[in-house]
Amino acid sequence: MTVEKPINKFYPISYFIGIIVTTLGIVQFLPAVVSLFYAEWRIMEIFLLTASLTVLVGVSMTFLGFRYRNQKLSFGEGTVVASGAWLIGTLLCALPYYFSENCLSYLDSCFDVMSGLTTTGLCLIQNMDHLSNGINMWRAILTFVGGQGMVVLALTFLTKGQSSAYKMYVGEGKDEKLFPNAVSTSKRIWLISLLYLAIGTVVTSATAFQAGLAPDRAFLHGMWIFMSAWSTGGFGPMSQNVLYYHSAPLEFVTMIFFIIGSLNFALHNAVLSGKHDELRRDIEVITFTITLSFLTLITTFGLMKNNVYPNAMVMFRKGFYQLVSAHTTTGFMTVYAKQFYHEWGDIALFAMVIAMLLGGCACSTAGGFKAMRIGIIFTAFKMEVKNMLLPESRMQKQKIHHIKDITLTDSMVRSSFLIVMAYIITFAFGTLMGMFAGFPFSMAAFESASATGNVGLSIGVTSVSMPAYLKLTYLIIMWLGRLEFMSVLTLGAYIARKVGKKCA
Amino acid sequence: MRLIKTVSKINLVVAAFIVLISVIPMPAKAKAKTVTSTEMIEEATALDGKSVSYQGEVVGDILYRGDHAWVSINDGENAVSAYVPAMEAKKIKYTGRYCVTGDTVSLTGTFHRACTEHGGDLDIHSNKVKIIKGGYAVKDKSSPAFLIASIIMFPCALAGLIIVIRKKASYNKACRKGSIIRR
Repeated sequence: MTVEKPINKFYPISYFIGIIVTTLGIVQFLPAVVSLFYAEWRIMEIFLLTASLTVLVGVSMTFLGFRYRNQKLSFGEGTVVASGAWLIGTLLCALPYYFSENCLSYLDSCFDVMSGLTTTGLCLIQNMDHLSNGINMWRAILTFVGGQGMVVLALTFLTKGQSSAYKMYVGEGKDEKLFPNAVSTSKRIWLISLLYLAIGTVVTSATAFQAGLAPDRAFLHGMWIFMSAWSTGGFGPMSQNVLYYHSAPLEFVTMIFFIIGSLNFALHNAVLSGKHDELRRDIEVITFTITLSFLTLITTFGLMKNNVYPNAMVMFRKGFYQLVSAHTTTGFMTVYAKQFYHEWGDIALFAMVIAMLLGGCACSTAGGFKAMRIGIIFTAFKMEVKNMLLPESRMQKQKIHHIKDITLTDSMVRSSFLIVMAYIITFAFGTLMGMFAGFPFSMAAFESASATGNVGLSIGVTSVSMPAYLKLTYLIIMWLGRLEFMSVLTLGAYIARKVGKKCA
Repeated sequence: MRLIKTVSKINLVVAAFIVLISVIPMPAKAKAKTVTSTEMIEEATALDGKSVSYQGEVVGDILYRGDHAWVSINDGENAVSAYVPAMEAKKIKYTGRYCVTGDTVSLTGTFHRACTEHGGDLDIHSNKVKIIKGGYAVKDKSSPAFLIASIIMFPCALAGLIIVIRKKASYNKACRKGSIIRR
């Protein structure tokens, strides 16, 4: 009889990272199939090579920790798995971009992959109007997998009921349990996403066909646009993004999908289970509606003041689309990046920056502070003011509604404040770095908010010519914002401890 | 009397010339400013409503809308869309995409910073598309280095994957039988 000895946690961490990396490798075979179909031989060979390489790295890491796979991970170790997988995954997923020479450097390739996985949508990829179908498929897959979560994907397909699953799941910036078990929750998240993928691809492809694309192009563009909209990613197959299609129906359809994509998966689950009333009662929906309404007023005022658009209809179509795209952290655009800076004016840009920072709902594909935290902070603030006016004996506990009634506790308020503060500090740091690179404050703040909130709208800062340190800053900011800080910081501390022990 | 006749003749010639130049359409190109996409985006307010000339490679798809069509033209900096008659768009043979270089076209038309007819899009309305240079398609060639590397790596990855799956299955079986105790 063999008895396993307690072991250094490096091995189980390696095992789980290996599983996630292997999943990413398997997923890389999909663009190879698309390339094969369209006779893009060189791209197909590149994807075969990089997919095989990624699988080999993943399998090797799995072998390394195989014996210790049932070791229980602490929360800290779970978060190290999540952030470590994101780091190694990014380095490996960047290879197709680099080998295909669509990115000018390996740093640019990593930037685009991190942007895709974090569903940001800022890009440094070159010659976008001549991209192969394989590379476009890969961009869409990156946003789709990143939106749902690569840990969530691995949990769905490769492990069963692992005791450490929930800790890794939390480490990826999702803390909502749709079911008591993290594996079942992951499966439900993917089920919801695939259901929408089927419906969304049909609807978006039909709209793209109506816009004038040939049937096969309409299908591919429809699928990529949907994957990007649902994941609040913002990658478009053409350099003009959504403007390329000159289609009001497509703008409407994408807007519906990125709003739905920015909603909490728990809310999706509740609505799909027949609890339609949740849409009206949920604190996140209420908060999102209120903030969007206020920001729409500010944006409209700003655009009117500067006489940006000739009539109300045009102003609504342009202004509201970009604003909702910003607030849901999608990043789809129907204007050129530099038009924001040259035409929109400070008031509208202010509203856009706030929208990008606020973001969508928790446990969704969206980034930013999240409507849940804004709702909690606002409710706590309201409660404090109310309690100050009441005698101590009549002070009440405040409740919020999210799927069920929840009593607001001090720890919930504290943790919401902490994360929002972390976002603000990161945003300020990004802005400062942008200004160091020579950009004016409004441009630096806009781009930093876009990276921090994983949005992807650009005002023209993100380009291949920006300094390498600014690329690296935005890359790290996107990673921090997507994993909500703690995982990345824990990984940093873990690596520092390991290096410290080796040096001692 | 002769002088009057000569003056009348000159007047007649001048009048005929004036009529002629007002009847013959002068090419708008003469008035149009040649612009780049960056200029159109960054100086949109100054160029709004003006006649511009723009040249670049046709990319993506030609989106037909009734008797007109949208054509995306990339000048190497950005792509800007032009709204042209469908008959003119049909002259375009190649549109740029992977392994295809689109036709290089030149057009002259009215630039709109926020076109009221098209929901505020930045565009050019033009009646004529001139093909400057024909596009062409190139066959995507296989890269020997990537081909050999992928032929070597793919079976290795597949073997590794199969070994992990089989090992996992046998480990689970052993756990169920009780020959391995999990801590």
